[in-house]
Parts: sequence; structure tokens; C-alpha cells
Amino acid sequence: MKRIVAKEEYCMNCRLCEVYCLVSHSRSKDLIKAFRQERGEIVPRITVERLGPVSFAVQCRHCDEPACVEACMTGALHRDPATGEVTHDPQRCVGCWMCVMVCPTGAIRRDRNGHVAAKCDLCLETGTPACVANCPNEALVIEEDND
Amino acid sequence: MSKRLVQAEFNVERDPERCIQCQVCVRQCSNQVHAYDAESDQVTCDEASCVGCQRCATLCPTNALTIKKAPPEFAPDNNWTSDVIQNIYRQAETGGVLLSAMGNDTAKVSWWDNILLNASQVTNPSIDPLREPMELTTFLGAKPNAVELNFDDQGGPSLATKLAPQLVLSTPIMFSAMSYGAISYNAFESLARAAGQYGTFANSGEGGLHKDFWPHGPNMIVQVASGRFGVDIDYLKVAAAVEIKIGQGAKPGIGGHLPGEKVDERISQTRMIPVGSDAISPAPHHDIYSIEDLRQLIYSLKEATRYQKPISVKIAAVHNVAAIASGIVRAGADIVAIDGYKGGTGAAPTMIRNNVGIPIEFALAAVDDRLRQEGIRNQASVVACGGFRSSADVVKAIALGADAVYIGTAALVALGCHLCQKCYTGKCNWGIATQDPYLTRRLNPEIGARRLVNLLRGWSHEIKEMMGGMGINAIESLRGNREHLRGVGLSDRELSILGIKAAGE
Amino acid sequence: MTSTKYLIIGNSAAGVGCVEGIRQTDPTGEITLLAKETEHAYSRPLITYLLGGKVDEAGMAYRPADFYVQQRVKTMLGVEAAKVDPAAKTVTCADGQVIGYEKLLIANGGKPITPPNLPGADAPGVFTFTTWGDARAIEQYIAANDVKEAVVIGGGLIGLKSVEALTARGLKVTVLELAPRILAVTLDQDASDLLAGALASAGVKLLTNTTAQRVDLENGKAAGVTLPDGQKIAAGLVILAIGVLPDLSLVAGSGIATERGILADERLATNVEGVYAAGDVAQALELLSGERRSIPIWPNAYRQGFIAGVNMAGGDKVYEGGLAMNSVEICGLATISAGITSPPEGQGYQVLTKLDPKTKNYRKLVLKDHHLVGYVLVGDVDRAGIITGLIKGRVEVKGLEEKLLAPDFGLISLPAMHRERVTAGLGVWS
Ligand SMILES: Cc1cc2nc3c(=O)[nH]c(=O)nc-3n(C[C@H](O)[C@H](O)[C@H](O)COP(=O)(O)OP(=O)(O)OC[C@H]3O[C@@H](n4cnc5c(N)ncnc54)[C@H](O)[C@@H]3O)c2cc1C
Repeated sequence: MKRIVAKEEYCMNCRLCEVYCLVSHSRSKDLIKAFRQERGEIVPRITVERLGPVSFAVQCRHCDEPACVEACMTGALHRDPATGEVTHDPQRCVGCWMCVMVCPTGAIRRDRNGHVAAKCDLCLETGTPACVANCPNEALVIEEDND
Repeated sequence: MSKRLVQAEFNVERDPERCIQCQVCVRQCSNQVHAYDAESDQVTCDEASCVGCQRCATLCPTNALTIKKAPPEFAPDNNWTSDVIQNIYRQAETGGVLLSAMGNDTAKVSWWDNILLNASQVTNPSIDPLREPMELTTFLGAKPNAVELNFDDQGGPSLATKLAPQLVLSTPIMFSAMSYGAISYNAFESLARAAGQYGTFANSGEGGLHKDFWPHGPNMIVQVASGRFGVDIDYLKVAAAVEIKIGQGAKPGIGGHLPGEKVDERISQTRMIPVGSDAISPAPHHDIYSIEDLRQLIYSLKEATRYQKPISVKIAAVHNVAAIASGIVRAGADIVAIDGYKGGTGAAPTMIRNNVGIPIEFALAAVDDRLRQEGIRNQASVVACGGFRSSADVVKAIALGADAVYIGTAALVALGCHLCQKCYTGKCNWGIATQDPYLTRRLNPEIGARRLVNLLRGWSHEIKEMMGGMGINAIESLRGNREHLRGVGLSDRELSILGIKAAGE
Repeated sequence: MTSTKYLIIGNSAAGVGCVEGIRQTDPTGEITLLAKETEHAYSRPLITYLLGGKVDEAGMAYRPADFYVQQRVKTMLGVEAAKVDPAAKTVTCADGQVIGYEKLLIANGGKPITPPNLPGADAPGVFTFTTWGDARAIEQYIAANDVKEAVVIGGGLIGLKSVEALTARGLKVTVLELAPRILAVTLDQDASDLLAGALASAGVKLLTNTTAQRVDLENGKAAGVTLPDGQKIAAGLVILAIGVLPDLSLVAGSGIATERGILADERLATNVEGVYAAGDVAQALELLSGERRSIPIWPNAYRQGFIAGVNMAGGDKVYEGGLAMNSVEICGLATISAGITSPPEGQGYQVLTKLDPKTKNYRKLVLKDHHLVGYVLVGDVDRAGIITGLIKGRVEVKGLEEKLLAPDFGLISLPAMHRERVTAGLGVWS
């Protein structure tokens, strides 16, 4: 199972992960256009939390028994038993926020305009997650765990 | 309060077409230059506090920021330059001593650029380091005057002479003394790790060695300085070598001062002083007023380390450096480290940094000559430091007579330092010269060590290329080989002190 | 008589959960699933969205069309179970078929409550609203009768979701709520007020402390309701949404123990060997009280079904206990609530609230002995799950109370142990 691991001791609260996540999930895939035209409409699926000097990025943890999948009443959220990835199909999402209600890391966000949930999809389409690829301090790394 | 006369040193140019209000700059500037105004959804800036460290410009995802030097346009004057005028404004405001950090930045600081290297053509073949072995292994420590051999029944030889302890370097480059306190835990760890990975040495500086770093001991040289911070028997034992710090090229003749606010729990453990107390290194060692006193300390350290570790003595390059070095060797030092006037620092009075001491090029040549003349060159290795910027500087230093060099500033630059020279403010945006936990995490030691190892690898490769060009295949053959150096733009007097011919000769 | 290793009655959250639970443990054992309704496993809560035009028929599927083929499940849809005989280990269907089983899951859900003495309640134009069939029937009725106004009896979750749907279809809706406020069971006064405000601004008329005394008829069809005070409200459509009850008809007289619902233990087994119960029909462990209660919500139904499935297949999994919780977005205002939201006075509960009427943001936390036991969020509901996790994980939050109220509150403020567990993807319990 691929997981994005946040190294809290090296997270420097720059939030470039949020920036690049947003771009990676924008229509234009262009930094400037995405922020100019789509900000507010779309939200990053990763959030940096900060308390004093400490900060870290939180995104979907692809839980072994995902509470969001259990709570999802449309079937939009799904856990692939083979890969362990928790996927979300925005087409089937109605924005009931049952997943927001139960996600223990608070990693599912409301894409405000679309009224659908948004969560980390590991950038499966493009390969390396944008947050990992653009973290200047390698505080976000992708790790493969085999359990 | 009257109006300040000092003007901003930098212009922050923000391209409104490119700025996306992501506020990375706001979160990364420890000098609070950038701020976000929610009402107008604009990032604004206060240029007065910009130090030109380029952190924001480097991290800005859209390259919307350009930081430019903003010399206030005073009337043109080569003597009363804007820097001079601004400094006077500052002192007129505060009555304080001007502070600087890193090395001397005045216009004429490097003579390496006046020295050029040789290469083989026709009469002696050059060597391709990619095809043929090229030896950079360097041994630091006293060498015997002569070597005696024993032969067994079959005539097989073995070494009869007892050798002094040696440091073995895979390349003639080490990291110079930068204490934990002056630099961050992560910067220190980066240096220690890289030294281990590349097979060379890092120097603890005068601030002790935190227990976390003890596993790096086999690649650490630890310092004993006038403040004796962190020195106990375990500290000496865990290291590969011990260095007595007498002086530093950036501030010869004066001591050091780590302000109490930087002395947190970990630094207090490392320096063995209470949390929050100022760490003051006196200008002299109060038990060293003569070569004989120095000899006592050298031998105390040799006793303590059971004659198993080389003892080094580091001095700043000053006027009588050759005689002083001779005394140091005679006092029993295994290594003499000489720090030239371009040497870096975390904090020094500007006037001292820019005006005290002599260039390493001259000091090194003079020391090597003197030790040879006295027939004691073999008794100690000579390590040069102070402003080495490239592998070419290293090759020239070795040809001038150094066994190895220490690099400090270059190592920090590899770690991300942008030479803003504001180390003493403790607000280093690159997480290097700071103890602020919000800033120190910016340097991931894994990345740091990787970058340093890359630098060492790159320089070592270049050194081999230059050696090969000269037809030399071992660093031993380059050492003190001034025949391979020629001077340009130097006076006869300078050439003669450097002991090199002029270009064309 | 046919026979199967696993028999599942019910094709909804609990039934699907059970299939997935069995298959995790036993990839091959024969599974038969029967359901009264004819549709492929669909999402019951979406029926109001369907009526409101927010999803189409294809969007109703809870699992892909080939789900049961993939899971090697034999389905018998449109078949109604009539009687369970635990001694013979058989289920008899309404059409006379008898099916033998080794392990049985009863997950036939709930049935809507119809008011016992409401004259006219069985007239055309009066509907309950809990099935896809109901949604179709209501839609057809509206079209056929050109209905412009509706009355919804009941200001609970289903009632309000019906209001959303009907409003979306352009109907003028009046809601009758017997309690002094809407969503009285799950929300507190302040949150209810905010939602009532949202309803009002969407043009919905809300009458509280009242209900219908009778359904008025015209040509034999519903034409409105009369309230106890004599007031008449014209409406061509009346939706009865006063709640659901576990449907115990299947197990009556079978020896399977029931109270409000079928009593299930921490492994979701009933008192009878080989018989399990899950979902809206079951009465299983409630997290905060430690008692067995029926909590008819989707996540609990799935989890109970899943755990029952694992245990039916020989695994050993314990139900941690359900938590009453819900998420509703009414007229654009999101609300999430969980656990105890209106605690009784004087029993040592601590209540923290923060209300911003301007932004319609409201946060309320209920604590007991420094542990969270409930909350209400209105408006900015992001990261509600962290709070739910703290309740479920019984994490002590002493000293964190003020932080929990802040909208930017996050994992970073939490005890390291809890934080590390959830960020490792291990959920709140392991
Ligand atoms: C309009 C509406 C909105 C809702 N919104 C939410 C919400 O937002 N969040 C939430 O958590 N919950 C919501 N719920 C509740 C949620 O739908 C239920 O908790 C959930 O469906 C329970 O699942 P279940 O598997 O226990 O049973 P049910 O979904 O009730 O399914 C019962 C199954 O059993 C079958 N069945 C019944 N009787 C028999 C029989 N005699 N023989 C054979 N088969 C039979 C049925 O055909 C059906 O397949 C809502 C419910 C409704 C009606």
C-alpha cells in the first residue's frame, strides 16, 4: 500500500503542498490560472496544520478500515482491497458530508462550488503525488508498506 | 524618536501578474518582510527589514518575486560609498559596534585568482582520471623523519618505526569548525553525516558535541577553545582528533559570544552551561601565554587520549604566522590549521573581520617555507582554511604547501546559505545559523548530507582532472609542488613570498 | 427446499456490509441474498435526492452493477421473507419457498411509522417516503396530479430531506413538527434555529408544536390537512415522515429475542445460534451508554453488517459500539451532529458553544469528565470527523477545550498517541 508520510520534524509550513495539490486538481493544471480562476471553487486535498513551530501536512491516510467508506451512502468512496487505496468518485458524490463527519484525520474537504467531497487521490493519474514531488524539504515522502 | 536615516538595502519586486497570494513568502520570511492583507487579498511587503537572503524568491512557486540590491542612490563617490554612509548612520543611531557574519566581503580578498595552474603538453603526458587510478587519500599527522624496516628470515620487510596517529581522508577536504549553537542541530548533523559518508572529517567547533552526535565521533575533530565548552574526557575520547582553537581568521585576537537566548536545553547539554546563559569565549586561553604553555595543553590532551589521536592547533593567519607555526610544531602539534582573513564566522565586529589578519595564500606559503627551512615540515600536517570557494582554490593551496583544507562557507552554501551575512541575528531563513525551532526544521539533514557529499564528490573529481592535466596521479605529488603554479598581476615581492614564478617564466 | 451456507435478508447497507465482511474472511462460501425490493443494491438515503433531481437512476446504485457477480453472491430480489425458523434453520418466503441456511443475517431494516389515528392517511396523495418505490410513486403522483403544494408531517431527517426534494421540484412546502423545533432529537435549539432560518429563506413554511389532525380529501384524494386549531393547509401531497421502527414482523414468535429491535450482542449475534442481526432492524451496543439501542443510520448499518459477516464466516470481530450521528445539508446550510447534543442539566456535563449568527457558523461541544460525548457543527463543518474520532476513541481532551472550538482546530492539538494512530491509517480504535 502506498502511503504519503509526513515527517513532522522537517515540515516548514511553507504550504507548497497545498498550492501544488490545488493545481494538480484544477482544470487548467496551471499555477497562475488555477489560482486566478478556480481558487475558492476547488480546495487542496492536503492541509498543513501548525501549532507554534510545529507543523505537518494531513491528507487521506487510506485507513485499513476506512470510516469514510463505511459512512458513504452513495458508494462514491471505495477501498480497493487489492491496493488498499481509498478512492472517491466525485460523479457519484452528492455532498452529504457523512465522510466529513467520520474521517478521523479531517482529511476530507468540501469542494465548495461543486458541493462534492474532495480527498487525496495520491495523484494516481499522474504518478507521483504533486505534494510529494514539490515538497522542498522532503518532509512528504511516499512509502510503500506491505501489510 | 527621530526619523531613521538608514534606508532599505533591498528592493522586493512582486510581479502582480504572477503573484497568486499563496503566502508562501509570508510564512517563510523570519524578518516579516511579507504580510498578507485579507481585506484586499493582497500580499504586501515592508522592504526595510529585507536582508536579501532570497528565501522567498527561491520558494515562490510562480517566480513572482525578485529581490534586488537597493543601494540608495547617494551622490557618486568612490570613497564615501553608500555602504560606508549607511554604516555611519547605523552607528550614529545606536552607538554600537557594527556586526557582520560570514567572511570578509571587501573588494580585494582573493589572491587565488592571481595564481594559475599548469598542464602537460607534448613533453610530459597528462593522465585521464577516468581511465587511470588517481589517489586523493590524504594522511594528516606527524610523519617520521626516516623510516626503518625490519626483515624476517625470508627477508620480508616490516615497519620498525612507530608511526604517529594519522587521520585518513578520502579527499583533502574537511569541514571547518562550526559549533552547534552558531549553526543549527540539523546543519551540524548534515556536516557530520556527510563527513562519515565521504570518508573525511567535520569539526565540532568550540561548542561541544551533543551526545546525539557521538556516533559520528570517528569522523569528528573536536575543539578545545578558550571557553572550554563541552570539554570532558568522554568528549576527547569519542573524537578522531582534538583541535586546540587559538584563533579564527574572521576575528583574530578576539573571543566569541553566543547570546543566552540561543542556549536552549540541547545546547546547554552540549556546552555544559545552564540554559539561557551567555556562552562567552575569552579572547585568549587564560592558561596559554607562551609556546611552553601551549605545549602543556597539547601534551595534556595527548595524555588524555593516550597518544592515539592527532592534536591540531588552529590559529588565525597574522603577521608573524610562520614563526608562530614553527613554535606550534615544536610544541608538539600533529596538525597546524591556519585560517586566513577570508575565514567565515557567525558573528564578528565588521572592522575586525575586514581589517585584521592576512590572506591565507601568503600565510600558507610562508608557513610551508619556514617549516621546510627548519626541517620540521614532516613533524606536522598543515591545513589551510578561510574562504575556499572551489576545487581550483584547493588545488592551488595544496600546491602551495597545504596537506588539506577546511571548507566552511562553501559547505554552508551547499546547505542553502545565500550569504546574507546576518547569521548573528539568529533568524536564518535557511535553517542554518539559527536555533529557532520554526526555522531549524527547514534543513532536512538527509538532504543536507546528500548535497555536501555531492559537493565533495564534484570537487574531488575536478581535483583529479586538474591533477591529471598536470600529469600527476597522487595528491602527495602535488603537495608543495609550486612549480605547477604561476602568478599573474602580482608584484615581485608577492611572487617571492608565494614562492612562485610569474606567468611566462 | 434450497440451501445455502450464508443467507442474508436485506439488500442495503447492512446486507452489503455483510457480503463484504464474509468475503474478507471466506472468499468462496456460498452466499444467498434476498430482498423484498427488486432493485439492485441502492442507496436508500438518495431517494430524496432522486426525487429532487439531484441524482439520476444510475446514480442510485450503491455498488457497481456487477457487484454480486464479482462477490459470487446469489441474489433473490423481489422475494419477501415471511418467517424465520431457527430450529429448522430455514427461512420461509411469502411465495412459499423455503431456504435452508447455516448462518443467517437478518437485515431487513425498518419500516416507516404511520400515525395510528389520522383520518385520510390511506388516501391517494399521502405517502411515506423510505424506498425507491416511494420516490417513483411520489414523482408520478406529482406529475399526474400537477401538485403545487405539499405538507410534510415530521421535521426530522427524512422530513427535511423530503422538503429539500419537493422544494427542488418547485413545490411550496409546509412542514409540521410536533416538537417545539425541527431535528429535535439530534440538534439543540441554536442549531435548529439556524436551520429553521435557512428553511424560511428558501420559502418553506414551518409550523412547530403542531401536527395534522386529519387529511382533507377532495375527490377521494388528499387536498390538504387540518391542524388541531382548525387551521387548514391546502396541499395535493402529504408526506408522512414521523420516523421509522425496526421491522420485527419476520421474527415474531421465532424465539429470537427483541426489545425495540432484534437484540444483537457485541459480535452482532442474536440469542439464537447461527442467527445474526444488523442495521436498522437491530438493537446493538451504543458506544456512550454501553447499552443496546437502535440507531438507524447508514454507517452503523454497514459496520454492523460487516462485523456480522466476518463473524458468520468464522472470524472474530467485535463491534465497538455505534454512535448516533448525522450530517444534513438543508438549503445550503451544512449541519453535523453526533452523540449527546442536548445534555440534561446538573449531571456533570460541560457545554461549550460558539455562535456566529452572521456567518451562520455554530459549534457546540458536550463533554463529560474531560471526554467529548457529543457535538453540533453548523456551517463550517470541516474536520468534524476529528471530533467524532475523539468521541469514539474516548480520548481525554483536558486542556484542549478552547482549541476544539476554534474553526482551524486540527490534529496538531491532539494527544500524540491518538494523532499518530489516526495518521498511520489505523482508525480510532486499534
Ligand atoms: C429518506 C432517507 C434518508 C436517509 N438519510 C440518511 C442519512 O443521511 N444518513 C444516514 O446515516 N442514514 C440515513 N437514512 C437511514 C439509512 O437509510 C438507514 O439507516 C439504512 O438504510 C439502514 O440500512 P439497513 O441495511 O439496515 O436496512 P434498509 O436500508 O432499511 O434495507 C432493508 C432491506 O431489507 C429488505 N427487506 C425488508 N423487509 C424484507 C423482507 N421481509 N424480506 C426480504 N427483504 C426485506 C429491503 O428490500 C431492503 O433491501 C435515511 C433513510 C431514509 C429513508
